[in-house]
Formats: sequence, structure tokens, C-alpha cells
Amino acid sequence: MKSPGCYLGAKVIKRSPRGLIMSQQHDAYFVPVASYWPFVAAVVMFTTMFGAAHWLNAAPGETGFGKTVWLVGMVGVLAMFFGWFRSVIRESLAGSYNHQVDTSFRMGMMWFIFSEVMFFGAFFGALFYIRMFSVPWLGGEGHGVLTHQFLWNDYAASWGANGGNGPQHLGGAFRTVPAWGLPLLNTLILLSSSVTVTIAHHALRAGHRGKILLFLGLTVLLGALFVNFQAHEYIEAYHELNLTLHSGVYGSTFFLLTGFHGLHVTLGTIMLAVIWFRVLKGHFSKEHHFGFEAVAWYWHFVDVVWLGLFLFVYIL
Amino acid sequence: MSHAATHDQHDDHHGAPKNFFQRWCMSTNHKDIGTLYLIFALTMFFIGGSFAMVIRAELFKPGLQLVQPYFFNEMTTMHALVMIFGAIMPAFVGLGNWMIPLMVGAPDMALPRMNNLSFWILPFAFTLLLSTLFMPGGGPAGGWTMYPPLSLQSDSLAYVVFAIHLMGISSIMGAINIIATILNMRAPGMDLLKMPVFVWSWLITAFLLIAVMPVLAGAVTMLLTDKYFGTNFFNPGGGGDPVLYQHIFWFFGHPEVYIMILPAFGIISEVIPTFARKPIFGYKAMVFAIASIAFLSFIVWAHHMFAVGLPLGADIFFMYATMLIAVPTGVKVFNWVATMWGGSMTFETPMLFAVAFVILFTIGGFSGLMLALVPADFQYQDTYFVVAHFHYVLVTGALFAIISATYYWLPKWSGRMYSEFWGKVHFWNSVVWVNVLFFPQHFLGLAGMPRRIPDYNVAFANFNMISSIGGFLFGASQLIFLGVLIHGVFFSKKKATDRVWEGAKGLEWTVPSPAPHHTFEVPPVIHDEELAHGNVNA
Repeated sequence: MKSPGCYLGAKVIKRSPRGLIMSQQHDAYFVPVASYWPFVAAVVMFTTMFGAAHWLNAAPGETGFGKTVWLVGMVGVLAMFFGWFRSVIRESLAGSYNHQVDTSFRMGMMWFIFSEVMFFGAFFGALFYIRMFSVPWLGGEGHGVLTHQFLWNDYAASWGANGGNGPQHLGGAFRTVPAWGLPLLNTLILLSSSVTVTIAHHALRAGHRGKILLFLGLTVLLGALFVNFQAHEYIEAYHELNLTLHSGVYGSTFFLLTGFHGLHVTLGTIMLAVIWFRVLKGHFSKEHHFGFEAVAWYWHFVDVVWLGLFLFVYIL
Repeated sequence: MSHAATHDQHDDHHGAPKNFFQRWCMSTNHKDIGTLYLIFALTMFFIGGSFAMVIRAELFKPGLQLVQPYFFNEMTTMHALVMIFGAIMPAFVGLGNWMIPLMVGAPDMALPRMNNLSFWILPFAFTLLLSTLFMPGGGPAGGWTMYPPLSLQSDSLAYVVFAIHLMGISSIMGAINIIATILNMRAPGMDLLKMPVFVWSWLITAFLLIAVMPVLAGAVTMLLTDKYFGTNFFNPGGGGDPVLYQHIFWFFGHPEVYIMILPAFGIISEVIPTFARKPIFGYKAMVFAIASIAFLSFIVWAHHMFAVGLPLGADIFFMYATMLIAVPTGVKVFNWVATMWGGSMTFETPMLFAVAFVILFTIGGFSGLMLALVPADFQYQDTYFVVAHFHYVLVTGALFAIISATYYWLPKWSGRMYSEFWGKVHFWNSVVWVNVLFFPQHFLGLAGMPRRIPDYNVAFANFNMISSIGGFLFGASQLIFLGVLIHGVFFSKKKATDRVWEGAKGLEWTVPSPAPHHTFEVPPVIHDEELAHGNVNA
């Protein structure tokens, strides 16, 4: 392997031979050398956010320079991910990462997924509150008698097409996406993709390269298919059903929940595709393939979120 | 391993890396990153403090004297955001960064590069936030809680929301790093129940951060889409509810309150045993109390919303759940007192701040109990009583603990002793003026003065003038702190010993002062008698 730049590579501090206890688990402590990628990451994240904020505040009909700044930031973010992961992959391939580093990475990914669960929790919580409290109350139930009486006494609260857009019927009459069409198909697609990624994982542990590539490739295709169907669903919602972001809280919760989930599926698919190419390049061994596992965990997580969506957004 | 492959790489093992950018912007060293966090927090403390000076200057007399009402509202909003997200939280993360690896015998944080990213996001996030003050239309002025529909009227909303997203990403990554460090990097023999209480408090705080920062991100994202993308989460006309925002926000907000106090509990639990020369009283009870407070923090959020018109059952549930928190908090206060009881106490500056913490934080806790009572809260809601309450827990609580920790560990960081005389001057000025500043605000609140207003009834004039005088002098006292810090880091002639304090126990005191760039490259052999709580199971 060619000599990497100063940001790259690893300094391994050798274990001292003295002491009985420490030889049990610490083969060596690993502290990575300095890297400019974190600083670059902070700069490009700032660029993206500043551009987006400026873009959102642009006068109607104009985009100002915000859009350009945002685009530059996004390109920077992609380049940063590419560069940072490249250096990590090189260090990993050079054998710098020991068992302790592996555990740290695993904990990092697990807690990251937990934070994502809590992010979706905020939107699920909003959905439950709206359905359990705010809409019934606007219809005069329990706590909302006076609001109903004085503001909207003709509002018959119900969820879905008959009242899900609130007492002012914002966005106009709309119809909902039937659960047993595309959403059911998408459920089957995601569930199958969870199976295929698990088969690929077992193949990886058994060392069957062809099988990994086949089933991981299938998973990527199923992910892409899901996103494709989701896009079709959105187009149909906008053009056929008049279900839009403006359709009261029904539209708000529907599009924010499915939209953030779709975004996560898109990201997950890209991550799986990257892993597919890494398998092709022979980056993983039977024992060391945390990159694969992390993405698989992430994939199972988006799968579980979808089951929640299917139940609470589409069926109920 | 790759030992052979490392020879051709530049080695920052025995000294600082080459240049300024490499040392500070590319760092993977927990001490350098901790220092960056602390300097950043101090800077933000003075920026947020200057906003507070504007507020107190305007409130010095009834009537509008200095600033326009909208600017006044920007100041109250920004003061809160800067102090919470810019000063208190980064200061705790900086202390955690510096001390946790030293306290558990780890060579560094578990994920050193992510650590660097966590820090470097912050200056950019605050650039984004503070820049709104100079934009046409001004900065956010609807209060740091950003309640809709008021917050939706501000053109700066997008900047504020994205700044909060960045701060959230930074906090989550910082918290993940701390959990991974504590669970995965401890030296062999450093059992979980032998860890210093400060480390325990950070482990639990980090869990709270990962659990609730994403919820805040979700809440402000809904604000963003309501303003810019036509959603109706908080618009009753579309079936939404502004109170929904308050629920989501305070589901984040109440654990956030404990995020800002649990590490302070940890600090006080380190400082008091050192200067009382006794082990902490009831170590396990202290740990379980922190955990109980953290658990309860998830089921008390609506006590911030008693007056918005919740169903009675909700009011009563949240009232009792809130009062329950007094139990584990009482355990902590009694245990600190019991630790001091019969100890050979000396009162160096860190101890003075710690003792002041115990007394003044308890006052803040008691006013919190008063606010927890639903019928009483209907009167106190949105008055200066609330302002007095949370400044007692945040200034004489969180901030005093941070100052105590700074004096306590500064000799370990810099290798020099700060001036004890000027430290005490700083303490006595702080502790006197902070009470002159905030105690009269209890009376103002009970008399009915609302918070977040630039002008008030002349009936409130005297106490406001006293409060403002206290505010100016408390602010000025912090310049003494700055002076002591600069002297203690760069100029002091008095070298610190490794142990620094006679009664100090724990791994961090076994390394030289100043702590070398890299410590515990080889896992230390743990001798239980060196630890503050080594014989806890005996």
C-alpha cells in the first residue's frame, strides 16, 4: 500500500508486557492520527445549511445566491464523505483497527440508530397527538368544546379524507392512498430486502463471494424499487388524489413521515450499493466486515420504521 | 499489528504537531479538543453575558431607555440560546473530554476524529445563529423555546432551525463518543461502580442527549415546514395544534434541563470529597439518584405547560411526577452535606464554589417545587419567579459547578497554580452579586412582573434596579475570573504538583501536571486505594 498522507494511517501504541489484567483484553490502544476531514465536514455542513437558509428566505420568484451556496455545500458533503471514508477504509485494510476500535465503531452505529429512532419518534408522536387529541378536540370532544363551539361548530372531526385536513379544509377535498395497493407491495419489497441482506450476511460469513454479490445486489435493487414506487405514489397523490403537503395535518404527517423514511431508504440504498462495490473490491473478510454489518443494521432499522408507517399511516 | 507500517508516518507522539492548523483544526487529541470546547464555552459565556447586560440595562428603570422592544426580545432569545447551547453544554463536554479519559485510564476518546467534528461544528453553528442579528429583519425574538405561531413570523427562523440542527448533530456525536469511551475504553480493573461520579453523571447525561436532541430536531423541522413548505402541524385551521409543539419541545426540553445539571452534580461529587478529605457519602446512592432523575426527566415535561389548558388529569399526573424528582435530588443534597460532616475541610476556591452550589442550587430546587404545584404555577407562570428559579439552578447551579471544576482541574491542565487570593475575590464577588441579581426577582415574580418585557409598571422599579446593579457587578466579577484564568494558565510562577490537592483521589491525579499530550498509552494498573470509590464493594 502506498504511503498515505499525513491525515492517513494509524499510530498503534504497543502494549506493555507488564501486568496480568491488561493482557486480557487490550492488545493495543489505537489513537488515529490527525485528519483534516472533520474540519472539512464542519465547513461543508455550514455551507449547506447557510445556503439552504438563504435560499428559503429568498424573495418570491428568486433564488438569490442561496441555492448556489447550497449546491456547493452538497457537493462538498459528498466529497467529504468520500474522502473521510476512503481514509478510514485504507486504515482498516492496513490492519490498524483492533478489537477495541471495532467495538467503539459498533457502539457508535448502535447509538446513532437509536438517535434516528428518537427522530422518527418525534414525528410518530406528532401523528398520535394529532389523531388522539388535536383533531377530536377541534371536533368538540372532551377538552375542545369551546374552540369547536366558537370557531368551527360545523367541523365533524375525523381522520383521513373526511376531515384530516382540519376545520378549514385546507388544500381542498382529497383522497387517501389505499393501504392495500402500492404500500402493501412496498411492505413486501422491504421485508424481502431484509431477508436478502441477511442471506448476503450469512454468505459473507461463509465466504461465498458470488452469493454475497447476488443477494446484496438484489437488496440494492429492492431498495431502489421501493424508492421508485414511493415516487409513483407521491405523483399519484399530487395529481390524482389531491393529497399534498398543504392538505391539513393529514398531508403534513403523511408526507413528513413517509418523506423522511423515503430519504432514509434512499440513503440506505446508496450505502448498500457502496458496500456492494466494496465486496467486489474484496474489502471484507469472514471475520472483519463491520462496514457491511453497520449498513445491514441501518437497513433493518428503516424496515422497522416502515412497518410502523404501514400500520399507523396507511392502515389505521 | 501494523506497527511496521507506522514508521513512515509523521508521529505526534512526543510533542505537538507541526503547525497551528494541524494542532487545533485537525486534532484527534482529547485534551486539545477539550481545551477548544472550554475556550469556546468561555467566549460564548461572555457573548451571552453581554446580551444579559443589555437586558439588565434596559430594565434598570421603568420605561424604554436604551433599546427597541424588538431588539430587547432578540436579546432575551439569544441570551438563552447562546448560554444553553453555547456556554453551559460545551463547557460540560469540554470538561468531559479532558477528564473522562484521564479518570477511566483511557488514552483518548473512543472516536477521536468524530470528537473533533463535534467541536468544530459549534463555531459554525453559532456563526449561523449570531449572524441573524445583523440581517435585515433581525434575529429570532420569540423566546428560546420558539413557540409557534410567534416564532413563525420571524424571517430568521430558517437560520435558527439549521443552527439548532447543527448543534444537535454536534451534541449527539459528542454524546455517542462519551458513551463509547466510558463503556469501551476503561482501563482493566476500572469497574463501572468504581468510576468517579463525574464519569457516571456524564454516561447518563450522554444517554439523555442521544434520546432527546433528535426530538428537538424533529420539533424545529416541523416549524420549518410549517413556515416554508405549507404544512399545518401547529395550525388549528388545518387540524394541528400549537400546543403540540410545546409537547414535543418540552419532551426534549425537560431532559435538556438535566443535561445541564447532571454533570454539575458529578463535578460537585468530585470536589467536595477532595476538600472534605472523606470519600463521598453513599456512592451507589449518588449514582442511582442520577439515574432516577434521568428516568423521571422523561415523564415531567408538561409541567412547563400547566397554564396552556391541559386536561386536569394531565396537570395532576405531571405535578406529582415532578414533585417525585425532589426525592433523588434530596438524596444528593443530603449526601453532599453528609460527605462534609466530620470532614477535615479546607476552603480553596473550588470548594467555595461547590459549597455555594449546594446551598444556592437547593434554593433553586425549592422554588422549582413551588412551581411544580399546579394551582400555584397558574400564578407564577411566565413571571420573574420562573426567571429567578431557573437562574438559581443554571447560574448558581450549572455555572458555579463549571467554575468550581475549572479551578479544581486547571492546575492539572496548565501545570501552574492559579492565584488563590484572586480566586477567592472572584468567588465572594460572584456569590454576593449573583444573589443581589436574582433573589429580588423572586419578589418581582410573586408581585406579578411578567418575563420577556422591556418595560414594566413603576411598582416594580426598586427591585429591578437592585437586580440590575447585581447583574452589572456579577458580570464585572467574571472579568476577574478571566484574569485569574489567563494568569493561571500563562503567568503563574507557582508550579502544581501531580496530586495538586492534598485530598484528591483518582487516576487523573496520578499523571504529571500539566498532563502530557498523551496519557495512559499503556493501560494503568488500577490500585483500588488510589480511587475515590475503589473499595465501594468492600
